[in-house]
Amino acid sequence: MSQTLTPPRTQAPRVGTSAPRPDGVPKVRGMFAFSSDLWADGMLWGQTLRSPHTRANIRSIDISAALATPGVAAVLLHDDVPGRKIFGLEHPDQPVLAKDEVRYQGEPVAIVAADHPETARKAADAIVVDYEPLTPVCDAEEAITADLLHPDGNIFRSLTIRRGDQAATGEIVIEGTYEVGMQDQAFMGVESGMAMPCEDEGVELYISTQWLHADQQQIAASLDLPDDKVRLTLAGVGGAFGAREDVSLQIHLCMLALYTRRPVKMVYNREESFYGHVHRHPAKIWLRHHATARGEIVKIEGRLLLDGGAYASTSSAVIANATCFANGPYKTPSCEIEGIVVRTNNLPCGAMRGFGAVQACFAHETQMDKLAAAVGCDPVEIRLRNAIAPGDTIITGQEITGTAPVRELIESLSRHPLPPPRQDGGGRQDGGDRQGRQDGRGRAGRQDRQDEGDSASQHTSMADPGGAGRTADRSRIRRGVGYGVGVKNLMFSEGFDDYSTASCLLEGDVATIKCACAEVGQGFVTLSQQIAREVLGVEEVVLAPIDTQIGSAGSSSASRQSWMSGGAVMRACEEVRAKLLAKVAVEHGFAQDDAEDLLECADGRVRSKDGLLDMSLEEAVGDENIFVELEYRHTPTFPLDENGQGNAHVAFIYAAHRATVDVDLDLGLIRVVEVATTQDVGKVLNPLQAYGQIEGGIAQGVGLAVMEEMLLTDGQVRNASFTDYLIPTALDMPEIAIVELIEQPEPGAPFGAKGIGEPPAVSSLPAVAAAVRDATGLDLPRVPIRPQDIALAAEKL
Amino acid sequence: MLAELAGALRAMNVKVARTLDEACERLAENPEAEVLAGGTDFMVEVNYRHRSPKAVVAISAVREIAGWRLENESGGAGGMGADAGRYGTLWIGANMTYTEMATPAFEGLLPSLTQAARTVGSPQIRNAGTIGGNLGTASPAGDTLPVLAALDAEVLLRSADGSRELALSDFITGPKQTALQQGEIITGVRVPLVAPTDASNDIGRGEFLKVGTRNAMVISVAGLALIARHDIQRVCVGLGSVAAVPVRPTEAEEWISPRLDWQQRSLLDPVDVETFGEMVAQAASPIDDHRSTAVYRRHAVGVMAKRALVRTFGSN
Repeated sequence: MSQTLTPPRTQAPRVGTSAPRPDGVPKVRGMFAFSSDLWADGMLWGQTLRSPHTRANIRSIDISAALATPGVAAVLLHDDVPGRKIFGLEHPDQPVLAKDEVRYQGEPVAIVAADHPETARKAADAIVVDYEPLTPVCDAEEAITADLLHPDGNIFRSLTIRRGDQAATGEIVIEGTYEVGMQDQAFMGVESGMAMPCEDEGVELYISTQWLHADQQQIAASLDLPDDKVRLTLAGVGGAFGAREDVSLQIHLCMLALYTRRPVKMVYNREESFYGHVHRHPAKIWLRHHATARGEIVKIEGRLLLDGGAYASTSSAVIANATCFANGPYKTPSCEIEGIVVRTNNLPCGAMRGFGAVQACFAHETQMDKLAAAVGCDPVEIRLRNAIAPGDTIITGQEITGTAPVRELIESLSRHPLPPPRQDGGGRQDGGDRQGRQDGRGRAGRQDRQDEGDSASQHTSMADPGGAGRTADRSRIRRGVGYGVGVKNLMFSEGFDDYSTASCLLEGDVATIKCACAEVGQGFVTLSQQIAREVLGVEEVVLAPIDTQIGSAGSSSASRQSWMSGGAVMRACEEVRAKLLAKVAVEHGFAQDDAEDLLECADGRVRSKDGLLDMSLEEAVGDENIFVELEYRHTPTFPLDENGQGNAHVAFIYAAHRATVDVDLDLGLIRVVEVATTQDVGKVLNPLQAYGQIEGGIAQGVGLAVMEEMLLTDGQVRNASFTDYLIPTALDMPEIAIVELIEQPEPGAPFGAKGIGEPPAVSSLPAVAAAVRDATGLDLPRVPIRPQDIALAAEKL
Repeated sequence: MLAELAGALRAMNVKVARTLDEACERLAENPEAEVLAGGTDFMVEVNYRHRSPKAVVAISAVREIAGWRLENESGGAGGMGADAGRYGTLWIGANMTYTEMATPAFEGLLPSLTQAARTVGSPQIRNAGTIGGNLGTASPAGDTLPVLAALDAEVLLRSADGSRELALSDFITGPKQTALQQGEIITGVRVPLVAPTDASNDIGRGEFLKVGTRNAMVISVAGLALIARHDIQRVCVGLGSVAAVPVRPTEAEEWISPRLDWQQRSLLDPVDVETFGEMVAQAASPIDDHRSTAVYRRHAVGVMAKRALVRTFGSN
């Protein structure tokens, strides 16, 4: 992958530099301990028995054979849950273990602990569950009116955002219905952890998760223990992307450990993992845009229907996001947009990178392209004409008080040159004839991009659509270009008390930072060191264990940790600095009140700005260690009213993507050639990590555009493996051109920095889809786009 | 029931054979024993609990069935039938890995098999997986199988009782079903060399094309091998993933072969190319599954057939 911006090589460790990750080298060398590597003497292995049925009543469960299996230490059922028998991140509605009914394929029914994983599996097989299969409800539309699938009802949430003049209309009316398939987070590290019973009747859990304290509360409730008897420590996390925000095996592990009084380890296998975590909501979105003849949006009507699956998870927040951003980053004077998320018997859906904004973006960006076509302008121009700006009001009535460089993003991206045209003349951008035939045998110009080791590469190359399958006929490849612009909220919305806790201990010239922010690969361990160095001028920063011995940091989700936990670490360090400087001021006869003006911490020293005082940190701190622990909150947000109006969000982040694709018209195979991007970042805290986030997010957007989908038939999963749930390989990843990261400091944000993790996954998806439409001339209202969607429709092109 | 469970939990009996005789003996003495080669299919089945072997005979250390060699290069019949083997035959050991099939020397002899091998899995899978395993698994999506079908390959089998050879079409009897008998091991496969080994042009070398929903490391949605056999002046085609077993579209082969100029390698009439593609597509009997649809698969083999033919013979 090439980058337009070359990451700086400097290893200087402060904010704004590409400081190296403390966990980077161990991960690359295979020395990093992931949660699946945990081990304790005398430990048992846990196993989950899951429902094979999409929906069924449980008539009886016979565990006698399982219990009698040599080596089995425990077989536990619903009635063995000591406390609250249900759990859930926002609204507890999911049984820890199913009792009378199972509501999705893979729902946990029983848990087993045994002295060997194979023994545990065999014992789980020996549990006899008498099921009475029921007719499942697997269609979201049908679920709205179907008989109740759960005592809490079938509608997790419905809301309507209504604003402006409902009678307004325009010369141009564009409508469409769009569908997004169920995407999986496809993290590499499966769910795993280990629980250990403690002498105080409590339990310790080593776990990969996104939010230790949310887990802690749910576990404690189900174990009927006070929170402080449930102590969690973050174990090595192998990716998250939203899939670790909900409880999976946490409660099960603790139950087994407390019951057996032995350490218990559990590791899902890859197939089980697909059943063991929530997915991105499948969506069906109808939008109708009313616009002036110039394409300025007058009003948007819409209906978004999301399939939440069997249990609530974070569905209510996901639908709020999808609905709030259904119009995209565009001025929209009037709207009436309804969002509904329902319960079905499909796999539960919840958080995934982009969190509702992804599905909405696919719909609104496709609408924008149609609007451009109707107006007769290009996709860039239509977006510029409607781009939202600071001071504008979004459809929820909230004024944008922070930065919103949408116009700058689009203009910067559109100035970036397109990738070189295909040498064989396929595609439109070079103005070549669409047949692209060069000579009688169609072979001229085919010597470019030959692949090493492929003797037949005069015909086709790895870089053509079809890749290693050598299927391409270059005369039948068309190039297309498409744009996508997206918006996403940062942090938690709608009045949630969102905070992070951090402490800083300064001992001599060593700072120790403690924060429960889950490091899931995003690089907070790097960033927290950078912040401490920046504020305190120390060289050595120790990261204390990430655990529940300090207050909550909130979730590593919603692009929030750089702001929230970064803010908490920054403030804690600032207060430590203030205390230190005040002490030095007193000791050396400076006015204590002016200490921060007269003195500074830098380069491991405390100096007066007049240069008269210059001492090492170690000397300045002396024997009196300085310690500060505090909570950091963002500005408060508020609920949405009955018209979906209110200051529900803290801040917004924007990105723009331009995709270039090559499509084999006859076979419908796609090669994404390049994704170019500009992103609103506030301030770059670590360039290398920023590029990493952007590349990774684009990989997930490209994946959803052209291949990633969990396939369910009547709620039964058909591709629970990496053999058949396809994610992009290196050969599927395009060149990533990071054209510009626009640095406009966000008011109120630590260092002016916005979170950056999600936008790359939001608007890269519609950009790729638009590029495929450009290449084929097809509507393609559904993602992922399948080969047959193109090949069988495009036969006559 | 408990006794069964306890039995199932006992340690698996694993024998690592060093010679073919030893492997056959181990299989003969334990009827429950299963053959393990590269393990790239076998272990997936174990992990997904579709297979719970009680005993294993590992054959990857059996050198006799490693590598490849030319046989009867002077032009003998080589056991491949009267017309076959004008340029000799190629013996490919069952333990030959996909990576080994991609070495330049081998590619020079049978590039279509190299092309098929390159589409298999990841480098790690290609380092471990073998052609014997591809035959033994007999998946409709097995990537080498269309090439072997197009070449009328013979599958070589051995047991403690002796050896036998089966035509590929007799060996693969259904999806993941073979004529392999208890106690038998696949020792290799024999294919005719269909062009002189020193040929300067690539006619006769063959083409392998595979459609998947990803540009690499993907199970075949549809695969096609096309071999223009100089020795018998016939275009031979093998189709994968479009039926329960590898398919030979013999009507299409017989229709197109006399229409080709085998000396001049002349340009094809586009109408003939179209007809050939349609005939190949009609020979497929695909199904809908989670990887694709029957309609698309049939369409895809038709497209691939046309493209492979044009690559080999050129087009007006």
